[in-house]
Amino acid sequence: MSEPTRESGAPLLRIERLSLALPEGADRLYAVDNVSYDLTAGEILCVVGESGSGKSMTANALMGLLPSGVRVAQGRALFDGQDVLAMDELSHRALRGRRIGMIFQEPMTALNPLMRVGEQIAEVFEAHDLLTPRARKERALALLEEVRLPDPTSALRAYPFELSGGQRQRVMIAMALALEPELLIADEPTTALDVTTQAQILHLVKDLQARRGMAVMFITHDFGVVAEIADRVCVMREGKIVEMGEAREVLDHPRHDYTRALIDAIPADVVAAVGRPADVLAAVERPGGAIPPQRDGTQSTPLLSVSGLDKVYRTSGGWFQPKREVVALDGIGFSLGKGETLGIVGESGSGKSTLGRCIVGLNRPDSGEIRLDGVDLSALEGRALRAHRRRIQMVFQDPYASLNPRIRVGMAIAQGPIANGVPKAEALAQARALLATVGLDGGAAERYPHEFSGGQRQRIGIARALALNPELIVADEAVSALDVSIQAQVLKLLDDLKRELDLSLLFITHDLRVAAQICDRLIVMQKGRIVEHGSAREIFNSPQHPYTRELLEAIPGRRDAPAPVTATAGVL
Amino acid sequence: MNFFKRFAQNRGALVGLVILGLVVLLALLAPFLYPDSPWRMVQRPFLAPGEVSGFWLGTDVMGRDVAAGLAHGAWVSLLIGLISTVVALAIGVPLGALAGYFGGKVDDALMRFTEFFQTIPNFALAIVLVAIMEPSTFSIVLAIAIVSWPPVARLVRGEFLSIKHREYVEAARLVGQTHRDIIIKQILPNTLSPVIVLASLMVATAILLESSLSFLGLGDPDTMSWGYMIGAARTVMRQAWWLSVIPGVAILLTVLALNLVGEGLDDALNPQLARAR
Repeated sequence: MSEPTRESGAPLLRIERLSLALPEGADRLYAVDNVSYDLTAGEILCVVGESGSGKSMTANALMGLLPSGVRVAQGRALFDGQDVLAMDELSHRALRGRRIGMIFQEPMTALNPLMRVGEQIAEVFEAHDLLTPRARKERALALLEEVRLPDPTSALRAYPFELSGGQRQRVMIAMALALEPELLIADEPTTALDVTTQAQILHLVKDLQARRGMAVMFITHDFGVVAEIADRVCVMREGKIVEMGEAREVLDHPRHDYTRALIDAIPADVVAAVGRPADVLAAVERPGGAIPPQRDGTQSTPLLSVSGLDKVYRTSGGWFQPKREVVALDGIGFSLGKGETLGIVGESGSGKSTLGRCIVGLNRPDSGEIRLDGVDLSALEGRALRAHRRRIQMVFQDPYASLNPRIRVGMAIAQGPIANGVPKAEALAQARALLATVGLDGGAAERYPHEFSGGQRQRIGIARALALNPELIVADEAVSALDVSIQAQVLKLLDDLKRELDLSLLFITHDLRVAAQICDRLIVMQKGRIVEHGSAREIFNSPQHPYTRELLEAIPGRRDAPAPVTATAGVL
Repeated sequence: MNFFKRFAQNRGALVGLVILGLVVLLALLAPFLYPDSPWRMVQRPFLAPGEVSGFWLGTDVMGRDVAAGLAHGAWVSLLIGLISTVVALAIGVPLGALAGYFGGKVDDALMRFTEFFQTIPNFALAIVLVAIMEPSTFSIVLAIAIVSWPPVARLVRGEFLSIKHREYVEAARLVGQTHRDIIIKQILPNTLSPVIVLASLMVATAILLESSLSFLGLGDPDTMSWGYMIGAARTVMRQAWWLSVIPGVAILLTVLALNLVGEGLDDALNPQLARAR
C-alpha cells in the first residue's frame, strides 16, 4: 500500500481520444465519442450521466467487457503506460482483478448463488495462482473484516442469499480489493441499495480508497453521490464529455447547461438545507414549491381512511424448514384528504408497497379497514369491487413492465373505460385527449410501447390511470426507474394534474428527495409500522424518530454535514 | 418483414421451409397428378423404381403405384398432423390458461387431471383409443390430440404464472377488466410465441404418431398413408427395400422440415434469445 502521490508522476490511467463505435442501426454512431481524461492514483473520479450517456462504456472497454457489436474505433486507454485496448487476452487477464478491480450495480447477480462467500473470495486468488488454500482463507477473512461486514467468520460460510443487499455489495467490494488493485472501477454500486445502506457503502469506498491510495472510477447517475465522494467529475451526455473539473467547482459553478439541469433536477436546495431549518422552509415554501400553504388537518372528511391494517406474508414450511412469517403491515392507520398528497417513505422491506397494493386492492389485508368516502373496500368482492376500483388507480414503478408490449398505447389507455361500458370509439378519442394532457402527441396512440422512452412510458402510465377519472392515485415508486431530469418532469406533471383535477395522491417512494418535492404530508414506515407521521416540513425540520433522522442523514450530497453516522454499520 | 428477416437468418429454417413447401405442394397436386385412387392395382407387383416408365418409384406388393401412394399419403399425413395439433391446442391452451391464471385449487385440480394423461404412455393410450373407437381419420385425429395436449397445458400454465404478476396485468385488473378480458387480451397474446414453436414441433410428432398407428394397421382403412405403406412393406423388406425406404424418407424429411421451421420460429419470435446465441 503506497501512499497516494497525487501531484507527482504520470496519471495511472489515461484515456486518449477514445471512440467506441456502436453497431449499425443504433440510435447514434458512437457510444463514446472522442473522450479523453486522466485518473491519478489516490483520486476519485466520478463519471456522471443519465442512461444511454455512454458513461459505463469506457469502463467496460477497459475491462474487456464490451457488448458484442461495439468496437473500439479510435484512441487509446493507457494504464500505467500500457495500452489496455491493444493487449492480447492473456496479458489483459493478468491485469483484470489484479491491478484493476471492478464492482457492479447488482450485488445479487454478480455473486454465484451456489458458492459460499469465503470460497468466492478465495477463488479470486486461485484464478491468479496466488497463495496456498489456507492463506487464501485467511486473506478472505481479513478482507471481510476490512469491508466491515458484521461477524466476518460466519459470513465466510454464508451463501449470498443469506446476506442483505448491502452486505453482498460489501462482499463484492472485498472481492474487488482482494488483489489490492491500483484502480477500482465502481459501476453504479449503490443504485440498487437503500439510502442508509448507500451512505454506508459510499463511506466505505471513500475510506478504503484513502487507506490504500487507490484510484477510483465511480460511475453514477446521481449528483448527490458525486457531492459525497468525488474529487473530480466528468459529466457525459450522448457519448461526449460536456464538462469536467474539480467536484466542488462543477457542483457550485456548473458551466454547461446540461450539468446545471442535472444538478437542478435534484432538489439540491432542500437537500443541502437538511439540518438547517430556516432554509428548508425557504426551499419548500417558494412559490409553486412542494408544500402548499397550511392545509393539513383542516379537511372536513377524509377521502381515504385506513385503520388497523395488518398483513403478514406466510411461506408454508416444507418438511425440514420452519414456516416463515414476514410482517408487512402492522396496525397501519392514516387518513388522506381530498386534493392532498401523502408520501409514504421507507426502505425496501418496510411494507410501503404492500400498503399501496392493499389500498388499490391488488393485495388483501389480513385485517383492518380501508374506507373510501365511507365505503369499506376491503369488504367488497367481485362485481362490487370492480365498480369501486375505478376510483383508485395506480401508477406503477417500472415503465417497461407496466405496459403490455402487444397492445397499442391508445388501446392501453382506453381499455379501462371500455371495461366500464364506454363505447370503444369514444374511449379511444378520450385516450388521445389524455395523451395530450400528459404531454404526448395524439399520434402516439397508434404506436406500441417499445417505441417510447422510459419517461414517455411513465406518462402513458399516468394517462392510463387518469382515464377512469379516479379520485385517488397511488403512485408506487413512480419515478424511481427514471433519470433525474426526467424524474423532475414527471413529478411536475403529476403535481400539475393533481391540482387541475383535484386528485388525491398517495406517493410511495424510498427517496426522501423526491418525497420532499411533491408531498404535503409524509408517513415514514419501518418494518411494517408507521414510525413517524407529519407534514413534510415537520419531518424535514425536526425528525422525531431516530430512523427518520437516519434516513435524512443518509441522503447523499448533503453539504456542510458530517460524514454519515455508521451506527448501524454493524446491523446492515 | 422484420419477423421474416430474423427467421431467414437461420439457414436451417429456410431449408425446412422449402422442404415443407414441396411436401405441401405434393399433397395439393396429388388429385391432379394421380387422379385415380392410390389403392388401384395398375401394374405388375414388385416393380423396382424406374423399371417401367411411368412408374418412377415402382409398385408395391399388390401392384399399386408407390408414387401415387406417396402423394396421397402426404395429404393425409399433413392434414392429420395439423388438425390434431389444432385440437390439442384447443384443449391444452384453455386448461393451462385457467390453471395458471386462477392458481390455487383450480390449478391443483386441472394439473392433477393433466398428470393423469401424462402418466400413461402416449403411444399406448393412442392405440387403445383408436382401437376402441374403430380406426378412422376422425378417431386417429382425436386420439393424437388427446395424447398430445398435456405439454401445451403445462407450457401455457407456466407462461401465465409468470405473466400474471406483470404490472400491466395488474393495471388491467385495476381498471376493472373482467377475468375473461385479462386472460384473452392481456396475457394470452404474450404467451403465443412459445406456443407457436411448440405447435410446429407437435405437428411433426403427430405425423410420426399417425404413421406408427398406420404401421400397426390401426390407420383409416380408406386412406393411403405413409405409415400404412411402410407397414404393408415390412414383410418384403429384403425383396423390395424401396417400398419401406421411400415413405420412410418422406416421413423423415417432413418431420425434419417441421423441426427446422420450429427452430426458426423460435429464433424469430424470441429475438433476445436468438441474439444471445
